[in-house]
Amino acid sequence: MKHQIQVTINGETQQLTVDSHRTLLELLRDELKLFGARESCGMSVCGACTALVDGQPVSSCTYLAVRANGRSITTVEGLGTASEPHPVQRAFLEHGGFQCSYCTPGMILTTTCLLDEIPNPTLDQIKEYMVGNLCRCGAYPEILESIQAAAASARGEIVEPRPSTGSG
Amino acid sequence: MIDLHIVGTDVHRVEALDKVTGRLEFVDNMELPGMLHGMLLRSPVPHGRIANIDTSRAKRLRGVRAVLTGQDLLGMNIDPFTGPAFKDQAALAIGKVRYVGDPIAAVAAVDRETAEEALDLIDVEIEELPAVFDVHAAMAPDAPLISERLIPAKTFADLIELLGGDDVPATSNACFQYKLRRGDVEAGLRNADKVFHHTFSNPATQHGDLETHCTVAQWLNSGKLQVWSATQSPSYVRIMLANMFHMPESRVRVVVPYLGGGFGSKLYMKLEPVTSLLAQASGRPVKVRLTRKEEFLTITKHGVTATLTTGVNSDGQIIARDCQIMWDTGAYADIGPRVTHKSGYTSAGPYTIPNVRIDSFSVYTNKPPAGAFRGFGIMQVCWAYESQMDVIARDMGWDPLEFRLKNLYHDGDIHATGTPIYSLGLDESVRAAADAIGWTASQARPSPQPSPTRGEGAKLVRGKGIACSMKAMITPSVAASTLHVHSDGSVSVLSSAVDMGQGSDTELSQIAAETLGVRLEDVSVVHPDTDVTPYDLITAGSRTTFHMGNAVRLAAADAQQQLFVTAAEILDAGTDELVARDGKIWAKAAPDRATTFGQVMLTRFEARAGTVTGTGLFQTYHGPTDLQTGQSDNVTAHWLCGATAAEVEVDTETGQLKILNIATAVDVGKAINPFACRQQIAGATLQGTGPALFEEMLQDAGQLINGSFADYKIPSFLDLPDNTEPIIVEAPHRDGPYGAKGIGEAGIFAIAPAIANAIADALGGARIRDLPLTPEKILRAVREAGGSA
Repeated sequence: MKHQIQVTINGETQQLTVDSHRTLLELLRDELKLFGARESCGMSVCGACTALVDGQPVSSCTYLAVRANGRSITTVEGLGTASEPHPVQRAFLEHGGFQCSYCTPGMILTTTCLLDEIPNPTLDQIKEYMVGNLCRCGAYPEILESIQAAAASARGEIVEPRPSTGSG
Repeated sequence: MIDLHIVGTDVHRVEALDKVTGRLEFVDNMELPGMLHGMLLRSPVPHGRIANIDTSRAKRLRGVRAVLTGQDLLGMNIDPFTGPAFKDQAALAIGKVRYVGDPIAAVAAVDRETAEEALDLIDVEIEELPAVFDVHAAMAPDAPLISERLIPAKTFADLIELLGGDDVPATSNACFQYKLRRGDVEAGLRNADKVFHHTFSNPATQHGDLETHCTVAQWLNSGKLQVWSATQSPSYVRIMLANMFHMPESRVRVVVPYLGGGFGSKLYMKLEPVTSLLAQASGRPVKVRLTRKEEFLTITKHGVTATLTTGVNSDGQIIARDCQIMWDTGAYADIGPRVTHKSGYTSAGPYTIPNVRIDSFSVYTNKPPAGAFRGFGIMQVCWAYESQMDVIARDMGWDPLEFRLKNLYHDGDIHATGTPIYSLGLDESVRAAADAIGWTASQARPSPQPSPTRGEGAKLVRGKGIACSMKAMITPSVAASTLHVHSDGSVSVLSSAVDMGQGSDTELSQIAAETLGVRLEDVSVVHPDTDVTPYDLITAGSRTTFHMGNAVRLAAADAQQQLFVTAAEILDAGTDELVARDGKIWAKAAPDRATTFGQVMLTRFEARAGTVTGTGLFQTYHGPTDLQTGQSDNVTAHWLCGATAAEVEVDTETGQLKILNIATAVDVGKAINPFACRQQIAGATLQGTGPALFEEMLQDAGQLINGSFADYKIPSFLDLPDNTEPIIVEAPHRDGPYGAKGIGEAGIFAIAPAIANAIADALGGARIRDLPLTPEKILRAVREAGGSA
């Protein structure tokens, strides 16, 4: 069965027709060509497909597209641009918070929500909040550093990008 | 001392902005006009004869454009069998299925739903055969034969030597045996003051790279085959597709964008054959992307059982070691024989032992194929020998660190294979890791230490452990690179090395810029595209920095030499007097009269035109191996090594484990990018905690029972150790680019035994011999240690 839905995607309101069984991830990737959301586990465990629905992180791989009717969706493409990255994107860039980056859009989107809810998170709060985003490369230390830098920068503190130093 | 400007600095990844904005190219982002989607029907039984497959209903389904079975492949003018060691795996099973998940039919349809529906309409009759699920059952005299013939693939130089060229009937499920004989093991064990005999095992685990396998294939009307694939081995895939379709290599194009992780899972042929066949049969481009569940059924890390018998003298010297290693390679050999061979080399550990005997067997079972995983088998053998080292040290009353230091290989020693050791920073790595967790000689203490956090009567106990390892990098091996200098003096580096997250684009850019003398921002790396990028063996085995780094260095030096001819005319100086840096070229004696790379090109071609091309070829050679003794004067061009030290806290009531500190030191030779090196070492350490603590593929009668990320857990933020410390050790490699070594794997080798040794230290010596180190096993160890510990 097909449904007419109205969805605001990265600030732009669109009328779309979707099948009942179509997931938000399929809508984003197959219809809208927003490739920042990625399928990996297919069951809401890994966070690679994270999108924000009305500002809350969801696993788009199991979120039915029809549920997005009347809602606002944000993907990594809606956060910032190459010339003006979102502060969280800038923190991940400057602190090397990625390796292969398959998980990175999900990490960054979830971080924006974390910092909205807890502007000054402790390390344990960050770990608890981010537990649904997995990184198989094990870039967790740099991701944690990036999140802490983003939080500090949101508080107006100046955080030095990681220094460009030699190995001695 | 060379004055370096770009090599040795922490420059950001060249593709960083694409990564944080989500714009990075992956194969699954790709769409071609008219593209179909392919899916695979997989065997529900572990071993059986395919009696009949009826695809007629599937073919009639609207939207289906092609349906293929193994039987169809026999009617085509192709060689349907591939495999890097033995040609034992067809694109779709022919005649027999050998594991639950073995692909038996493929469908291409207008979308994935239609393809999936078509799979349900295929009727398959399979007559089940007896099956075997562990190596010992598979080696029994009456075990069913899984592969009836052994047909060597004859593709890789090392495997041609080992496997020969003849197609022979299989006589058992052991498809390969590696033998090493050095000294007299029997006499050594007889004369030893004490002999230790233990068996250690680890289960099959998953790579778990977040990007699943994905391939797009397209046939041009001219007959050329184009393949875009998430593969770590584009050059190999091109050669194998050319063989399969009886075409010249020049008419097969394999393109690789970025990979969302690899860790060995995306090596050799995976989806490329079946996707190309579906594209051929349908006359349309086809994409095949695996689901996570299918990943579990496609490739695994080998489960291994290792039995070590070790003789030591009371002065602390190891004098003999016998290693019997059984590798469960699953239903198809994949690269199992090479894993068995390469990790066979070093399965006696990184120690000078005068008498060594190694028998390492690669054995078929009716389970998903096992292949390469980061470390190429070293994790499994290291688990065994580094666990046993601590058992011995405790029994003999020695400090585990001192015991290791006394026996470690050093430069100038002769390895068990007969090959000299050189450029090995192993001793430094072991000491650095131990220092980082505050190792003291009191580690041989007999009783567990109560946790200072709980005080008297605490249920928490702490311990420290150390483990180390070394590996022989694959040799012989070939890497080639082409470097174009464009009309404005900017540079393209053409390389078939795959950037799967390790950062090779950045590091190769640094090497090119440093060597040629241009700015980093002037360099662009062209990703693998076999139409333009030259041959590279594989992106695996920690070989890219050493091999491709050298190839790029040579290509840059070649281009510089050509440009210096023109620059010398401009500057009125000899070519040997010139210096290039940051895009400028000047004579040493007259630094104020510099020219630029762009100006040199303009002068050379008299216009904004032209290309100057440098080429680099780096090839390593091995000495012939005696197949009966494994002896060779040169088994490898590069020894790599690492060490891990861990401090843990064990809850003796629940078996819960907390890693307080984990420090991994890796000898990187020379850090091209120190930040990237530390990130690789820390990443390997954290990835290694998964198989150490909880990862395990569970099967029941050949059926995988935890094939999802809900049931098979990989490390998350909540599994992080309290402190993770990556340590760079720099013992330059005599042949490395700027002294650099390969580092991708060394950080993961010793994670599990370091943690297990720390647990044993906390529990008064109680030893877990089979991975993973789950709370249940830790609790059993607590009881073994005498109750509350």
